[in-house]
Amino acid sequence: MTELTSVLHTKKRRTFGAWFKQVGWKHVVAWAVAVYAIFPIIYIISTSLTNMGGIENGTLFGQIDFSNYVNLVSDPEHPYLLWAWNTIFIAAVTAVLSVMMSALAAYAFSRLRFKGRRMGLLSLILIQMFPSMLGLVAIFGILSALSDYLPGIGLGTQWGLILVYLGGSLGGGTYLMYGFFNTVPKEIDEAAKIDGATHTQVFFTIILRLVTPILAVMALLSFIGTASDYLLASIVFSKSEQFTLAVGLGTLIDDPHSKNWAMFSAGAVLAATPIVILFMTLQRYIVSGLVGGAVKG
Amino acid sequence: MSELSTKEAKKALRLRNKQISKLYDGGVPSLRGTIIKIILLALVDAASLFVASLLFLKEQWLGVGLLLAVTLVINWLYLRRGGLPPKYLTPGVLFLLVFQVYIVFYSGFIAFTNYGSLHNGSMASAVDAIEQSAVVPVEGAPSYDVKFVKGADGKLEFLATDFESLKAYVGGTDYKDHPFHEVTAADGLTVDADGLATGLEGYTRLTDAEISAAAGTISNIKIPLGPDIRQDGFLKTPDGLTGEVNKLDAVYDAKSETFTRVSDGVVFKADQSQGFFVSPSGEKLEIGWQVMIGWDNFARIFGDKELRGPLLGILAWTFMFAIGTVLSTFVVGLALALLLNDERIRGKKIYRAIMILPYAFPAFLSAYVWKGMFNTESGFINTGILHLDQDHLIPWLTEVGPARWAVLLVNLWLGFPYMFLISTGALQSIPAELSESATLDGATAWQEFRLIKLPLLLVSLAPLLISSFAYNFNNFTLIYLLTGGGPGGDPTLRLDAGGTDILITFVYKIAFSGSVGADYGLASAFSILIFLIVGSISFLTFRRTRALEDMA
Repeated sequence: MTELTSVLHTKKRRTFGAWFKQVGWKHVVAWAVAVYAIFPIIYIISTSLTNMGGIENGTLFGQIDFSNYVNLVSDPEHPYLLWAWNTIFIAAVTAVLSVMMSALAAYAFSRLRFKGRRMGLLSLILIQMFPSMLGLVAIFGILSALSDYLPGIGLGTQWGLILVYLGGSLGGGTYLMYGFFNTVPKEIDEAAKIDGATHTQVFFTIILRLVTPILAVMALLSFIGTASDYLLASIVFSKSEQFTLAVGLGTLIDDPHSKNWAMFSAGAVLAATPIVILFMTLQRYIVSGLVGGAVKG
Repeated sequence: MSELSTKEAKKALRLRNKQISKLYDGGVPSLRGTIIKIILLALVDAASLFVASLLFLKEQWLGVGLLLAVTLVINWLYLRRGGLPPKYLTPGVLFLLVFQVYIVFYSGFIAFTNYGSLHNGSMASAVDAIEQSAVVPVEGAPSYDVKFVKGADGKLEFLATDFESLKAYVGGTDYKDHPFHEVTAADGLTVDADGLATGLEGYTRLTDAEISAAAGTISNIKIPLGPDIRQDGFLKTPDGLTGEVNKLDAVYDAKSETFTRVSDGVVFKADQSQGFFVSPSGEKLEIGWQVMIGWDNFARIFGDKELRGPLLGILAWTFMFAIGTVLSTFVVGLALALLLNDERIRGKKIYRAIMILPYAFPAFLSAYVWKGMFNTESGFINTGILHLDQDHLIPWLTEVGPARWAVLLVNLWLGFPYMFLISTGALQSIPAELSESATLDGATAWQEFRLIKLPLLLVSLAPLLISSFAYNFNNFTLIYLLTGGGPGGDPTLRLDAGGTDILITFVYKIAFSGSVGADYGLASAFSILIFLIVGSISFLTFRRTRALEDMA
């Protein structure tokens, strides 16, 4: 009897050892990395729920208090909601317009044959190698010149910034989209044409429908990229009510009053939540887009 | 022979292109489509006319002409039959030309100028600005009480009372139409108990609201006291209450392009090579104008001793940062991908979801969050994780060494999920037979990885690694929001770099650091240089990886 239990015991232990050697240690490593990945996020959520300065407390979730969120949206000195709206407006308009214009151009490159097509594709690759942030001085110069003649799109205006973002995203966007359009078989177009469709019908009702998930992902990535920009937004805007979240939240923590750190945390949590949720739900498409588009390019 | 064949090939190509175009051409346009097209075109035309009229009012003839010409071309392109490619390409190409290509070339142009806060515009505006700023009070002149009034034509004038003689005067900025002249009770002047003028018949006082709305410009108003403002001086009110008599100190002579300083008679001659007014002894007037200075900015980057030290440091750190980031994120991401690419592990989806959180979290927020966590006295890393006592705190962001490690650590956090995702994708696309046959041949796991998987992975991932390098070479957001390029880097000294400044943050500081004068020309020269560095590295490595791909 005792023999049997001891046999069972050793057998069980051995299997655990073997399991650990083959698989278990991987869990340990994965756990460690997961903790590294998640703790800043846990920390910022915890800080947003404190009601003191927040930065000086070394424990997580010592308090649950929503006053920071209340203060954040009601404090007239830091118009968080306005910043959020500015960010959403600028990023959304940029995302929609850039995806639309990229798709139009990509359709021409993918489906039509014309003089200068290869040159056009090549120049797209070249153009997108110059990130628009390197043109920071030129952008500043152009916008300040524009504000003398066309104040609606000059320095300090949302449309001015949107135009700059559009210019910066069209090159790469068109090239990526071109790759995706090429994966849609041409036979589908031909069949539609035989049925009497016009070129616009082929474009809007067939190709765009087929690549809708990719369009959504590209729009989302463009949205996140634009919303995260600090450099250009900080050049263009100088007044608090014009700021985007990236610039505005920065002024919140540059303030000497450490009380703002907790308020910043609340702002960060609020701003990040929708983006993280969107990202996670579209994850599958994003990843295939990243790998597919890039490996091909 | 070969000429003929290329000719034939070209002909065949043209024929094929024609066939393809034919495929997409034709078809009966739907009524709805035509209506939408016409509405859109009408909107474009209306917007363009509106902008053209604005430019017309500003007398920008070139702009008006260009805009109308482009609008006409657009209308022609969309209203004619056929000609499909431009119909799809025009919107994107227009934006690319104006807001990307033009920006690239304009950056290049600025790099060869002295454009900056001291050289902000044309020579004419510099002359204006110097005249405005070089003003001296006339000694012994009376001082005045000033009230702001508007005459019948609505122009702003000063109603001034000499404090000594209590004589009242009225006059505007334009001496010809509104000369500064004495007024008395006979003209309808009203005075208060102190004898100071309070109103005048035919004039209305400005309300307080109007005054405060114009507060910024009021101190710049000059009311000439005689027909020649240079001879007779003018009345100015620095505080909006009392007026003093001033004279221009710098008198400009347009013919000889010289300024003469009235107080000591020194003559400053326009120097078109520097964009400054310079005296014989080398003294410069403070405000200059924009001129081409050739390669001077580049010469400064490479030759200026003051710049060379910080610049080499920045360059070295920029490369360390970009390469270190790519290597560390790739190693961690690939290791994780290998680790989790194993059917026996349960809960893979959860691990994966948690691990890509840093990638889903907006990067600018991450930089701010880590900045708070790295705070030396109260940050969570020192107090919550390492539990350091007050004497042994690690000065994460305030000393160069720890700050650089902190930056790399944060960027590892930001970047490893991406590398994990793409490595997983690439690993799964490697055919399983390859690993199986390697195992059959007796290869160890390490050999299998090193000799089979890694080379295949590198072929497909190399372009992504290069883009990652190029991206991080200019990772402004992370550096600027996390450390501000610091520690160090005194913002009051223009060319003083901080410990974690990379090239792009340094450029930003040169151009926009605020507390010191901006040097846009130098900043642009740096931008061009960055572009050349990143562009040539990308180009060379892309070519190498193409070669690699051909071999594989």
